[in-house]
Formats: sequence, structure tokens, C-alpha cells
Amino acid sequence: MASITEFNPSTPKKDLLIMAVFTAVVLTAPIWLAPIGASYPDLLQRFAIFGIFAIGFNILFGLTGYLSFGHAAFLGIGSYSAVWMFKLFSMNALLAMAFGIFVAALFALVIGFICLRRSGIYFAILTLAFAQMAYNMAYSVLTPITNGETALTLDVADPRIIDRAILGDAKEALPSPSLFGLELTGFTSFYFCAVMLILAFWVSLKIFRSPFGLKLLAMKSNQNRMQYTGYNTKPYLLVAFVISGMYAGLAGSLMAVTDPLAGAERMQWTASGEVVLMTILGGAGTLFGPLFGAAIIKYFENIFSALNKTQLTEVFGFLPDGMAEALASVSLLFVGEGWHLTLGIMFMLVVIFLPGGLMEGIYRLTARVKRKRESGGAVSGGAVQPSE
Amino acid sequence: MDALLLQLLNGLDKGGAYALIALGLTLVFGTLGVVNFAHGALFMLGAFVAVAVNRLLSFSVQVRDESITFFEAYKQQPYLEIWFGDLGLAVIAWSVPISILVAIPVMLLIGLAMERGLIQFFYKRSHAEQILVTFGLAIVIGEIVKVLFGANPIPVQAPPAVAGPAPLGAWLGLSENLVYPWWRLIYLFTSLLIIAAVFAFLQFTTYGMVVRAGMADRETVGLLGINIQRRFTVVFGIAAIVAGVAGAMYVPILPPDYNLGMNFLVLSFVVVVVGGMGSLPGAVAAGFLLGVIQSFASMGAVKDILPGIDQIIIYLVAVAVLLARPRGLMGRKGVMET
Amino acid sequence: MSDIVLDVSDVNKRFGGLQALSNINLQIEAGKTHAVIGPNGAGKSTLLNVCIGRLAPDTGSVIFDGHVLTGKRPHQINQLGVARVFQTPEIFLDLTLVQNVEIAALAKRDGAFHFRPFKSMFKDKELTGEAEHMLEDVGLLRLKDEHTGNLSRGDKRRLELAMCLIQHPRLLLLDEPTAGMSRHDTNRTIDLLKRIKERGMTKVIIEHDMHVVFSLADWITVLAQGAIIAEGTPDQIRGNPKVQEAYLGGAHV
Repeated sequence: MASITEFNPSTPKKDLLIMAVFTAVVLTAPIWLAPIGASYPDLLQRFAIFGIFAIGFNILFGLTGYLSFGHAAFLGIGSYSAVWMFKLFSMNALLAMAFGIFVAALFALVIGFICLRRSGIYFAILTLAFAQMAYNMAYSVLTPITNGETALTLDVADPRIIDRAILGDAKEALPSPSLFGLELTGFTSFYFCAVMLILAFWVSLKIFRSPFGLKLLAMKSNQNRMQYTGYNTKPYLLVAFVISGMYAGLAGSLMAVTDPLAGAERMQWTASGEVVLMTILGGAGTLFGPLFGAAIIKYFENIFSALNKTQLTEVFGFLPDGMAEALASVSLLFVGEGWHLTLGIMFMLVVIFLPGGLMEGIYRLTARVKRKRESGGAVSGGAVQPSE
Repeated sequence: MDALLLQLLNGLDKGGAYALIALGLTLVFGTLGVVNFAHGALFMLGAFVAVAVNRLLSFSVQVRDESITFFEAYKQQPYLEIWFGDLGLAVIAWSVPISILVAIPVMLLIGLAMERGLIQFFYKRSHAEQILVTFGLAIVIGEIVKVLFGANPIPVQAPPAVAGPAPLGAWLGLSENLVYPWWRLIYLFTSLLIIAAVFAFLQFTTYGMVVRAGMADRETVGLLGINIQRRFTVVFGIAAIVAGVAGAMYVPILPPDYNLGMNFLVLSFVVVVVGGMGSLPGAVAAGFLLGVIQSFASMGAVKDILPGIDQIIIYLVAVAVLLARPRGLMGRKGVMET
Repeated sequence: MSDIVLDVSDVNKRFGGLQALSNINLQIEAGKTHAVIGPNGAGKSTLLNVCIGRLAPDTGSVIFDGHVLTGKRPHQINQLGVARVFQTPEIFLDLTLVQNVEIAALAKRDGAFHFRPFKSMFKDKELTGEAEHMLEDVGLLRLKDEHTGNLSRGDKRRLELAMCLIQHPRLLLLDEPTAGMSRHDTNRTIDLLKRIKERGMTKVIIEHDMHVVFSLADWITVLAQGAIIAEGTPDQIRGNPKVQEAYLGGAHV
């Protein structure tokens, strides 16, 4: 798939700059996303959560090339674990997250160990099978833990052992997740997710710059050579799998932090497919690509699935009546309930025309502009004219 | 004993569907080298061919209901009944078998269109990209079906003559109470017939021989001056027909919805992996095996001991098989391992 | 000399009805370049695969430096000090040349598995220095930050050699190192291999090209139909009528 341009030699200084700019951009997101109507906390934290999910998926798929079709299982596991932490011990978000990551890591270790016995499509199918198994079990045998179709929710009567020990039984209302007393709602909740996203990105950057990351990438390129060069490839792959499972666990528990409930539909194959799409749409193996992909998809999902016929007719209102009507009906297929159709089409278009994702598209464009500048520089005096 | 026999038959029915889908998956994969995640969608499309044929045949007009004389009552009367009387009604009743005949050309066309329009551009691309693009296609097909037919399962009855129970017990000299739906028996029988036909085609025709040779060593066969590509395209069409016919036949057993394809695809892939990627007999054997195992796992007695086991047994078996025999039951070395 | 690095004794291997190797005995001495030649289907590749533990012999043993190689996994064999060059150069496409060599150096330094995700590559000046030095040695330094995809076959081979050499292996196995190369590239590769020879690394070369064999080898083993038909110095082999009949035939050397 895409060649990895991120891996070109960087410098610590450059990386520091990347982190600084990234942090600033994420923290100011509510401001600069306002013009496109994406500056409310609910959507912003979805960007952050799915960004984390995709960044983690990218560590597996982007670096090692192993395509997992079951990562949503870890997302769901993270959510369930976090909610159980809330119910049994404490509403503290950090505890819930730690527990969510831990349980997801355990599952990833076992599932990864088994699935990594095979590679290529076998691996994809095995992970898919495990995710389906988890999904089916959440709806059947595990109902006592998952609460089946009704989804797992908080209850006033939950034990919350730690909270009660510290705060007493005072509260009668349903508590919400908090950070040492600070209630995580609205923008507080977004900023909590944003900090997690920045941390998650930082870890990913470190991995990309480490010998470990380079080895993963080399494995994607030629596993045979890797073995004959003296590497035991299995543990490397397993560690990558577990790390990406932990990212998914983090994303899942953040979902529970922002909205304390957990349902099995989070583990469905469509959810696993979605994170794959996010990653390839942005550019698998690139640092920023998966994040872009996640934001783009969540943004359009938000807009598209909210549209209805009246709005569409309004949009096409400038056209003659009959035409507006017809256009509205056609577009209606792709919005609202039909969002998945758009998603499927996007999926195909990206894989067919831009397998390297948007990041590769950007690189290609800049390379072309650069080439133009170099060849045309002598004549036009260095002015860049991206006129094509 | 009776219960066991019934579960065995149920399992073979389900296994028939798995085997037919897995057979097509393996054929496409062996010939074109493409991992087709949209293959389940072909099964689903076949099922909806049956639904569409049924709707088309029972296209009705509102007429005065003569049997009610107290007031003016109206009823829907199919055109076929108006034109042909009882014969017309019989045709409607037999819509599923008819749709199987319709499904053959329709699925062939869909298959060829899919191969020429999309799949052929992905021969040389990585398996990950093949999986992704066909996965996208599967979503698109599913959503289109949802737009056309709605999200709810649509039941279509088997012809009344074969919808009832067959006195299985009486035939076998067992209890008179042991009965099994006719249609399911027919389904099982037809599945076996189709499987036999595909194998016979590959084994005994020159065309099939070339295809098999191509599966074993594509380059050499290509060097012999045989246009292997065109034959492989036809193989894709055949796989589409097999999946589609299986889907059409399955309609009276399980009312189809737009998700049917993905549900069966995941299981069929597991079947292929258990059978051994690239092995046709493996796919068939594993299909029936897993169908039967799943069926036994859903027996009340088993579920009492291991609740929910029927939901996951296939995956458990798959994991166990892969741990014990990484290449599957009948897999060959070197297939799909790079 | 009694310093035997690789000891292949009484190896037999059958594939169905085909006796691929019969009673092969080979002692590879330290510091020598040992060539194995033979016509197509003589069993050269089988022998190589037995040597690196990829194929288990039916009888006999392969011992490297006191370790039985049979049944060991590729990375274990490498960690024991055996490096391998493949018939078609196996390198990491998508990575730069210097990264290719660094990966190999890291395997030697950190072992088969080493997990420190927060360690930075750029702070490892020593590693980069070593890798660049190695690239200079094989004449690829000017390309160090290029991606390997565009390299000529000859350059890919040199890169692969650099990746093996930076590990300072005790034994280097070369499977037709000049296969598919132009005359010019072949000669450059021979020069490079000669220079390695001067450093005293033990090598086993499987080769078709007589020009390569006679310019490099200290000792030659000739295989035909799975059996050793002759052994000796290049001069002895050149004059051996059995070899000429079995292998060289009408071709001039």
C-alpha cells in the first residue's frame, strides 16, 4: 500500500514542533471548527475518540500491514469495562479508563496470540470471527454482564464502593463521570478527551520514531528478510496488536466517560470496518492520516445522517420545483438512514483511486508543485502557479 | 434419537448454504486470486431475486370481492389469476422454484458485471485492498437492497405442495411422528446436486480441466496460449450463480433481509479457513461439518449445559482447527501465505 | 586446519521417489570461501536449505559451531551467526538504504526481540554512523536516504550484502549472488566479495556462473544428482574429467 513518507528522517526539534502545533490545534478546535458548525462538545469529543481509535489501529495496520477486521471488539470491551468500573467502584474517569485499557489489553493479548498464528487474509478473517463471537456473546450468554440489547447503564443503586467510602451515601441522583470532583460534561468532557488524544498521539509519534516502529515497518515490507536478519517477528506483531487493542480500549472507555452506557452494537463488523476506512481514507501508515480520516468521516456522518427531506428540498430550493423535488429524493438515498450507502461508496472510491489515502494525495500534490517550481522556476522567477 | 436425526438434517441444510457460498469463494479465490468479501452479497441478491419474482408474479389489481354481498368489498387480485385463473395462482405459488430458474441468468449477469466492472482491476493489488474494496461493495449492495426492499425480513412461502412435512419417520421405519419439511429436504438434495455439478464440471469437461490447471499454475497455463482470463471470468459468473441459487432456495427457510449477506459471509469465510483455503473439497466438507456442529449446539440439552454455545460454536471450532492444523482441514502448503 | 565452522555429515534427503541428497559430507573451514556447484537439479538449493535448518534431513546432521541447526527457526540461526543472501535480493522496500542497514545492525545489537517504544532513533548516532560506514564500504553511501525500490539489481545485492556484513556473521551463505545481473554488476559484486574474503569471513557460495566460482572459491564441491562427485581446489576441479563430463560438458570455462 502506501509508502511511508513519515518515516523519512526527522529531527527531535521537528518532532517537538509537531507536538506543539498539534497540541495547539487540538485545544483550539472549538474555535476554528466553529465556521463549519462542528464546535459543539458532543461532536468534538467524537472526533477525539475516533481519532484515538484510528491512531491505534494505524499502529497495527499502518506499520505492520496486518489488517484486523475485528478491532471494534476492543472498543466495546473498553466501554463495558469502563461502565463496570463506574458501577462497582468509582465514577472517576481515570480509573475507568485504566480499567478499560487493561481489560482490552488482556483480550488483545489472547486474541492476538491466536490470530497472529496466521497472516494475510487468514488474519483478517480470524479477527473478524473473534469480533463476531464477542458481538454474539454480548447479546446472548454474556447478558448478565452486558445487559444484552438494552445496553449497560448506570443505576442509582450501584455499589460504587470507593465513592461511597469517600463521599458517603449522600447522593440520590444518578452521578456522572468526574475527574476528582470535576464533572465531565460539555466542554470539560471534550477537553478531557482532547488531552487523551494529545497523549495518544504523542505515544504514536514516539513509536513511529523508535527502532521498534522501524522494525514493524520493516516487517510489513518483508517479513521473510526480517526473520533471516535475526528477528523473532511474532512477539513484535503481538505487541503491536496489543498496543492497538489498548488504544481501542481507551477510545471505548472514553465513549463511556462521555456517555456512561455501553451497547453491543459498538462491536459490530460495521464498526470494525469503519475504523479501517478512517485509516485508509486518511492514509495508512502516516502519522496524521488516520486522525484526518476519523474527523472527516465523523463530520460527514454527523451532517449526512441528520439531513432529511425537508432540508434537502430547501437546499435545492433555487431550482425549479419538479427538479428540486427529484434531486432531493435522489440525495435522500445517501443521507439520514442512507448514510451507510455513502460510506460504502466512499470506501470503494478511496480504495480504487487513492489507496494511499488523503495524505498520499497531499504528498503527490506538493511533490508536483515542487517539481513545477523547480522546472518552471527559471522562467517564472520562482512563482508557484498551481493552475491545473 | 429422532431429535438427533432432525438436528443432523437441520445442520446439513445450513451446511448446504455454507458449503455453496464457500465453494464459490474458493473458486474465485483459486482462479482469480481475489478475496471477495462481496460474495455473501451475491447470496443475498439471489434471495432477493426470489422476493422480486414473487412480487412480480403476484402483481395485483384491486377488484370487487364478489364473495361478500352485504356491502361493497374489495380485494387484491393478482393479474395472473385474472388472466389464467387457477393456473395463474399455481404459478404464483411456485414462485420460489421459478425464481431459481430466473436467478441463473440474472446472477450470471450480475457476476460478470461485478468481475468486469470492478474485480478485474484488483487482480494485481494487495489482498488487503481486495478485501477493502469488496467490503465496500458489499455495504453498497446491502444498502441498495435496503432502499428497494426495506430493512425487514421478507418471507416467501415454498410451494404448498412441498411446504408441508415429509413423513421421514415412516420412510426410515422409525417413529411416525418424525417428520421434516419437504422443502428443506429438497433444498438439501439440490445443494448436493449443485455441488456435484460444479465438481463434475471441473473434473470432466475440458473447460473445467483448464480452470483447474490454471488454479494450480496460472503462469504455465497462460503460456500455453490459453486465454485463462476469460475462463476465470466465467468461473466468477458460475460462483455468482451458485451463491445466488443457494440464496433463492434458502428464502422459504429464512426470510431474507439486507444483512443476510454479511452474516453468511463471515461464517462462510470461517468455513473456507477451516476447510483449507484453496481446497474445494475442504470448503464443502467444512461447510457441512460446521452446519451440523452448529445445529447440534443449538439443541436444548446442549444449551442447558453450555448456554449460548450455539452462537459461538463455529468460531470456537475454527480457532481450534487453526491452532491444531494451521492450514485447515484440507489446505495445501503455500496457498495464500505471503 | 581443523577449525570447522559448518559440519554437514551423512545427510540424506528424499522427496517422494527422488533422492535429492545422498550421503553428503561437507566440512567448511573457518575463513574459507567454499563453493558448491552443479547442474540444475543437482540438489544445491536443497543442500542450502538443509544447511540453514529450513529442511530437515532424513538422516545425518548439520552442526554449526557446536549447535545443531536442524529444527531451529530462521531468526535463531541468524542469531547464532549465520547470515544469508537470497537468490533474488531480499531487502526492505519502502525503507531507505540506511534504515535497511540499521535494522540489520539492531538485530545484532538488541537480539531477536527488544521492545523500547520510547527510545528515539535519532539519538542513536552510533548506529547511524556504523550503518553509513557500512554503506560506504559497499559504495552506496551517496544513496543512503533513497528508498530502495528504485535500486538496480546489482545495488540491491550490495545493499543485502551490507545488511549481512554489518552483523559480522561467522558464516555467510550466498545463493547465486550474481544471478540475473549484468556483466558489469557481476564484476562489481565479485570485487566486493573478494574484499570480504580478505577480512576472513567464512562463506558458502552456491553458484551457476563459473567465472564467479573460479574467481572466488578456495574450495569447490561439485554436486550431481544429489551426490558429491568431486571436491578440490579450483585448479583440481578445472582439470577433473568427471566434472567436465557431468557439468561443464561442452561449455568452455
